[in-house]
Amino acid sequence: MKRQTRWGLFLFITPVLLWLFLLIVLPHIDLLIMSFRTENDSGDMMWSVSNYLNFFHEPIYWLTFVRTAIYSVLVTLLTFIIALPVAFYITKVVAPRFQGFLTLLLLLPFWVSELVRVYGWMILLRESGVFNHFLLKLGILNKPIEMLYNDATMVLGLVYTSMLFMVVPLLSVMESLDNSLIEAAYDLGANMWTILFRIIIPHATPGIVSGSIVVFMLTLGNYLTPNLIGGKNSLWFTEQIYNQFIASFNWNQGAAFGFLLLFLSSIAVWLGLKLTKQSLRKVVQ
Amino acid sequence: MIRSLPYSKTYGLSFKLYIILYFTFLFAPLLVTCVLAFNDSQFPSLPWKGFTFEWFTGNLPERVGIFHDQINLDSIWVSVRVAFFVTLLSVSVGTCGAFLFEQEDFRFKPVLYFLMLAPLVIPGVILGISILMFSTVLGIHFEETWKLDVGLFRPGFWLVVLGQFSFIATLVTLVVSARLRKFDRTLEEAALNLGANRFEVIWYITLKFLRPAILGSAAVAYLMSFENFNTTLFLVGSEATLPINLYLQVRDGSTPVINAISFLLIVGTSLAALANLYFSRKETQ
Repeated sequence: MKRQTRWGLFLFITPVLLWLFLLIVLPHIDLLIMSFRTENDSGDMMWSVSNYLNFFHEPIYWLTFVRTAIYSVLVTLLTFIIALPVAFYITKVVAPRFQGFLTLLLLLPFWVSELVRVYGWMILLRESGVFNHFLLKLGILNKPIEMLYNDATMVLGLVYTSMLFMVVPLLSVMESLDNSLIEAAYDLGANMWTILFRIIIPHATPGIVSGSIVVFMLTLGNYLTPNLIGGKNSLWFTEQIYNQFIASFNWNQGAAFGFLLLFLSSIAVWLGLKLTKQSLRKVVQ
Repeated sequence: MIRSLPYSKTYGLSFKLYIILYFTFLFAPLLVTCVLAFNDSQFPSLPWKGFTFEWFTGNLPERVGIFHDQINLDSIWVSVRVAFFVTLLSVSVGTCGAFLFEQEDFRFKPVLYFLMLAPLVIPGVILGISILMFSTVLGIHFEETWKLDVGLFRPGFWLVVLGQFSFIATLVTLVVSARLRKFDRTLEEAALNLGANRFEVIWYITLKFLRPAILGSAAVAYLMSFENFNTTLFLVGSEATLPINLYLQVRDGSTPVINAISFLLIVGTSLAALANLYFSRKETQ
């Protein structure tokens, strides 16, 4: 019996170790090492922090970084504000027989590839797009305007793509909120805002945190949406990483950027968990 | 407020209006994309010039429908193959992971569990670049030490498979673990008492119990792989997957063929989503 258990352990642990070490741990150690290597004047590789110094010396790099971080926070906030009433409506307000249908309808668009969804916004909003067509027909505009390639559209696209990851945890956390708590508060004379801030939001905190972490992280690491509808002057940090890797072929600089992005996203996850005293294990479940 | 409490007409109406707006926001880009796939025009935009199937079946020089568009068909085939291998790998390793974390005990288990969760909080772009760098380093090493040229280490089909597998396996592990936790282990003990060995128990009893979770996670793994963009972007070689190929086309201008592909993707994924939901409902009843 004892022997067999050991064999079982061996059988299960080998593929898992191979997976985690060859594809996660070693590549990230390599990324860290590469980010501290640079080419000297004679073309040899040497240790240095110059990749990180470049980041702080070139305003375009760190400004993009800060910009990406601020916009990701904004997107997370907007996603939360838009998703909360939806989750509340579906779990608490609508007649129970529509609940399943509405939930299904809510999830359906997110099975579709992100690229298709962004493309949909492009044909809606561009100069020759559907919106402009109707606005011209109705006489609101007399010549078409370009609605793509600015920051507002980019934020719209990012909110749209990450909505699912906020709605799903909110739905499940609202489901577990006992109606009688809201009824009791109402009977004791609380108004809507008091109920929202004293009962609903405190109860929903675990869902809000896990939703926010995922949305923030995905927005930070998004490449498609800023690249396709953000246009030339809406720089996103993942585009800087891509440029270093594919366009300039400066992998060491790109590795440093990659590590900075990883650092920012880990800090955000850690802070989110610390502030609400939760563990990663609990949030993913 | 909520169903059981009285609320004003304006409250109910404005809430309803909000939900309608939200669903319009959710579906507008997808609907427009689908409708314009059938517009008899050279560009995916209004005005409506009549209904046509030519963007699917057409084979004229100026109008090549998707069924005759070799480049796009090739990329769909690449994606189908990538997704197949990613699903196969993720499901086997993920199931091993579930057994490892739920049924085995060993030193450093919490550390390994944390590592297993890590791919969830690493942005896809970072996974892509770290795996790209590490495989390149390995490739150079193999070539210099043993004069071996290993194709696996260059960007291409298998590197894309490994890159996607590295985070999709986490998802499978979590889904299968959740089901395994509900497994009644006295069944295993009974089988062991009746003379089965551990592998027979796993094969005939535990895996049968896990089947719905394994099939469900396989479906999700397939879809995630089929639609992945961020990680694939850095690992792709000469064989572009469908999202990469579509991205290149969308970036450089668009034709209704992209709408036709999007239409097929939207219909396909919606059907897959509904089937998945139907079977998981049936399983829980």
